[in-house]
This record gives sequence, C-alpha cells and structure tokens, in this order.
Amino acid sequence: MKRPLRVVVAKPGLDGHDRGAKIIARAFRDAGMEVIYTGIFQTTEMIVRTVIEEDADVLGLSILSGAHLHFAEEICKALREQAAREVLVVMGGILPPPDIPKVKASGVAEVFGPGTPTSAIVEFVRSRCAAR
Amino acid sequence: MSSADLDTWRRTTLAASLGKMPQRKPRFATLSGIPVDDLYTDARGTDPRIGFPGEYPFTRGVHPTMYRARPWTIRQVAGFGTAENTNERYKYLLAHGETGLSTDFDLPTLLGYDSDHPIAVPEIGKIGVAVDTIDDVRLLMKDIPLGEVSTSYTINASAFVLMGMYEVVAKEQGVAAERITGTIQNDILKEYTAQNEYIYPPAEAVKLVVDTMEYAAKAMPRYNPVSVSGYHIRDAGSNAIQELAFTLGAAHCYVTEAVKRGLSADFVAPRVSFFWNIQNDFFEEIAKFRAARRLWARMMRDWVGAKDPRSWMMRAHAQTSGVSLTAQQPDNNIARTAIQALAGVLGGTQSLHTNSKDEAFQIPSEGAIKIAVRTQQILALENRVCDVVDPLAGSYYVEQLTDRLEEEAEALIREILDRGGMVRSIEDGFIQRQIADTSAAFQQALEAREEYVVGVNVHVDEEGELPFEAFQLDPDLAERQIRRTRAVRRSRSAAAVGRSLKEIRRSAEAGTNVMPAVVDAIRAQATVGEMCDVLREVYGGYRGPIIF
Repeated sequence: MKRPLRVVVAKPGLDGHDRGAKIIARAFRDAGMEVIYTGIFQTTEMIVRTVIEEDADVLGLSILSGAHLHFAEEICKALREQAAREVLVVMGGILPPPDIPKVKASGVAEVFGPGTPTSAIVEFVRSRCAAR
Repeated sequence: MSSADLDTWRRTTLAASLGKMPQRKPRFATLSGIPVDDLYTDARGTDPRIGFPGEYPFTRGVHPTMYRARPWTIRQVAGFGTAENTNERYKYLLAHGETGLSTDFDLPTLLGYDSDHPIAVPEIGKIGVAVDTIDDVRLLMKDIPLGEVSTSYTINASAFVLMGMYEVVAKEQGVAAERITGTIQNDILKEYTAQNEYIYPPAEAVKLVVDTMEYAAKAMPRYNPVSVSGYHIRDAGSNAIQELAFTLGAAHCYVTEAVKRGLSADFVAPRVSFFWNIQNDFFEEIAKFRAARRLWARMMRDWVGAKDPRSWMMRAHAQTSGVSLTAQQPDNNIARTAIQALAGVLGGTQSLHTNSKDEAFQIPSEGAIKIAVRTQQILALENRVCDVVDPLAGSYYVEQLTDRLEEEAEALIREILDRGGMVRSIEDGFIQRQIADTSAAFQQALEAREEYVVGVNVHVDEEGELPFEAFQLDPDLAERQIRRTRAVRRSRSAAAVGRSLKEIRRSAEAGTNVMPAVVDAIRAQATVGEMCDVLREVYGGYRGPIIF
C-alpha cells in the first residue's frame, strides 16, 4: 500500500498572518495527507531541516508579508542542495502578479492566490505527486 | 446615573454635554424639511437596558449628542518604507481631509528587531514603517502638530518602546503632558490568538501592558495606552460573538491585573479604548457595537466595581474588514467598504478606517486611499447619518440581536474566567482552537457555495487580472534605513546607552515598572532591538501551541 503524502506547511519569516496556513493544513489533513505545520517565525534553515527530517513530499509556504521573492529563492535553493529527493514546493499568499513568474523561476511549482478553493490546491498536489 | 425619562435626560445629561460641546447646527432637518430631534425614544421613555446616550449602560452611545456635535474621526492607518516615506503619506492624507493619524510598523519593529538584524532584512519597511531609534520617530512625526492631531500607533509586543518614543517626541515639540493625545494598540493578548506578533510569554507581556497603563495615566493622562482589538481576532476567522468575548475578556484582564497591582480601576479603565472589525453582516455588526458598550459598562461597574462613569464607556475605533476584500474585481471593494463603514457609523464608532480597494494585494495607492477617505466624507456630509443618535434603537431585530450577542459573549467570557482566565486559555490553545474552527467552517461553506463572495465564488469574471495602480516601495529603503541606524549607533554615547539598558534589566528583574528606565534609554538613543533584547533575556521568548 502506498503511504499517504507527507506535507510540511510553513510560515517563513516574521509574518504572523496564519489564517490561510491553518486552513490549508486542515484541508490537506482532511484529504488524508500527513501534515506537519511548523507554526510561525520559521527561518530557511528551520524549514529545510523540517522537510528533510519529516521526509516530506510537499512543502507549502504561506507568505503575506511581501518577503516572498527572498524566501522562494533561498528555500528552493537550500532544498535542491540538501534534500535527498525532489520536494514539490507550492506557495500561497498575496503576491503582486509580476512576481509570480519570478518565484516560479526559483523553483516554486505553483502560486495560489486569495480565493483559491482548497480543493483545487489538494488536487494540484495530488496530481503532481502521482505523476512522479 | 440614568435618567427616568426623556425630559430628565435633556435637563441633565444632554444640557451638561451641550455646555461643553454644542451641536453643529442650531436645527437639524431632513432634505424634505422635516425637523430631526436630538433623540428618538418610545412613548413611555425608554427601556433601562437601552437607556439614553451618554448614560449607563451606554447602549445608545458614549456621548449624549454623538455625531450631532462632532462626526467621527477619519483615521486611515498608513505605514511603509522609512519614516520619511510614511511622513509624506500623512501629509497627503491630512491634505485630503483626514482628521487623525494612524501608523503601521514593519515586522522587525513589531517584533523588536533592529533593521540590521539578519532576520529583519527581507522585511524592512514592507508592511509598515521601519523604526529603530528615536530619530526615526522624529522624522515620522515631522511637521505633525502632536498637540492638535491625535495619532494612533498599531504596535503591540514592542509598544512599551514606541509609547515612550511618542511621549519624548511630543514633549520635544513643546506639547504639555496633559495635552498629548493619541492611542497605542498595545493589546498583546490578541497577538497570541490572532495576529501572532508576540515576543515574550503571555503573563510577562501582560505585566508590560500594565506598566504602560500605569505610566501613561501619570505621564500623559489623555493618552490611550491600550486599544483592545477585536479587529484581528475577526479577520483571523472568528465570528462576532467570539470577537466580542475575546476582546472584552482581554480588556477585563488588563484592568483586573492593574487592580491586583494596587491601582484603582478608575485610575486605568477610563483610558482603555477599543478597536473593532466591521464585517459584512450589516445588522449584526451594528448590534455588536451596541452589545459591546452595554456589556463593558456592566463588567466595569458590577464585576470590577469601577465608580467613575468614564470607566464604563466603551470608546472605539473601527476598521472595515480587510479579509472581506477580494483581489478579484477590486472595484467591488469600494461598495463593500462603504456598506461596512455605514454599519460602523450606525453602531456609533468614535473613529473609522475605511479600507482602500487595492488593500487585498498591496499597500494602498494614493488614488485608492483617496476614494476610501472620500467614502467617509460622503457618509458624513451627504447621507445625513450624523444628525440623529443611534437611529436603529427600538428596531425589534436590532434590539434582539444586541441582546443575543451580549448574552452569548458574556457566557463565553465567563467560560474563559471559569477555566482560569485569558492567559491560561491562550497557553492551552482554547481560544486559538475556537477561532480556527470558525474559520474552517466558513471556508467550507464558501467552497460548498452556502456562503457567497461576489467575484470569487459567484458572478466570477473569466477575463482580466487586477487592473490597478501598482504601489512600489523604494528599492533602496532597506539600505538607507540600516545606514541611518548604524550612524546613530556610532554617534551616541555608548556608556549612557549601556547604563540605561542595565537600568531596564534591573527594573525588569525587580518586577517594578520598566517605563521610566525605558524612556531614559530612548533619550540615550538606545535602539528598539536593544531594549527588547534586554527583556528577552529577562523574560524569555515564547512559542505558542500549534493548532490548525
């Protein structure tokens, strides 16, 4: 039997707005995934360590502070260097449209803006992980 | 004191108020010329639970004349980049008719880190203004007459530092202590449950709040050292009952902690102010303000034993709901905001922020913020909603909603007190779990289309993304801010800073009020990060329970 997908949901930096992170963590859990929510105030090192120690398939980053470019680049680079296998990175939050191609170029697979149904996010993660 | 009938109220409470602050016009009338009285009641006088405005239980408003004497304060929150950037925005707002100021600070300032701390650098000036030293506050308030314009600071964990900086700068401007007005949010309890910008453990943080209340009551008697905030609790996903209960519960906690310290309730309670969210359920929001006033009056008079009527008054700022804004079809936000603003006004708020249509995705552009200010001016000047006090009193629906909200909120506050109080209910996650459950249930209802958001899950436009005026931060701001802070560190007296920081530590360890030492350190140009670090060493940091 295949093990359930393991998802780390993380809030990088100093941003405390966690309503979205909690909603998506709950949605992943309700969809049968194993969810590790890091809580707030996470540095790049803390997030990468959690992903590796938890052997996660997916990392969901929630950022509403405007620091998305910095963290997308730093976290994706550290994962490529340190993780033993490929980790699907998705991001949720408020990003100005011109920044979305930039975070995708850093290695974020998809950005989910405000108003996205959680079912669409769950579906995206499932299909991407199944395709591997 | 409460009047038995309308004539008594007019002879006593109203007459006393008019002596101090007359009405805006000698006579008020509708557009058709029908006279508009100062107050409408039922034929018998009134139900004591509804009462008269300006009298216990204040259901109908904290002032006898409300907006007939003076409309609410138009107070738009602003803050981004460096102090110079935000000062320029203040001048723009004042030039367009804003009547009070309000400041948002960036994340490093909110969390007590200097701009050159490695964790701070990616966040400098992004969601608010960066402040490291007294020099930044001098620039922020430059040319703003602090004796005339009241200013609110949205800051909590490091509020003890910013309140001290505000006092020092106001006094440098020559404003006498008893003329300094303004508000600092300084409501730390809702940080642990909603906004999550905390530094110290909850009990120590509440002690700091009481320090500022005690200090301000003497040093700046007209200043509001705490603005207890339901706003964030609501935007984090709670409902109106939870917003009322967790907010009034927090305010009760601050006042009772002050009383435990030996201060009288009437020494601190008159300067406790509130900050509410205005969400989309129009009538429930109006009833919420009325229920909050009545419940707070009773809590202060009967639960705490406050004797001064000013201690019983729930004075409030309000803001239209940020979380109700949509990034899709952003022009719709103008309509949402206007209707929410009307609910706040019908509820009797003392000051109001209306969100800008682009705030779902950025710091508001000048064009968008102007529409938001104009929305308030249209309400005040065209719609005549200022001419009659509490116009919905006596509505079967609004009165029953007011009663129900008060009952349900009181039951929840009593439950929290029975399980050990606010701090305990934060440490064990009781409050966070309630908010997370309500938030998740609403999300499910949206996805099942049992609740609607126009433009998001109904009446969706397929084409086009975000036709808006983009707001751009100055790309060099982080570098400029770090340079300024480092220049201050080089030029100040290191010995004086060292002595003053040691004094903060001594005071914190002894459990005495840290504020006098903090104000000395501010004058010696100690940084926000240095002062907060001393208390980090004494009090420790905090990680809340992980709940989702």
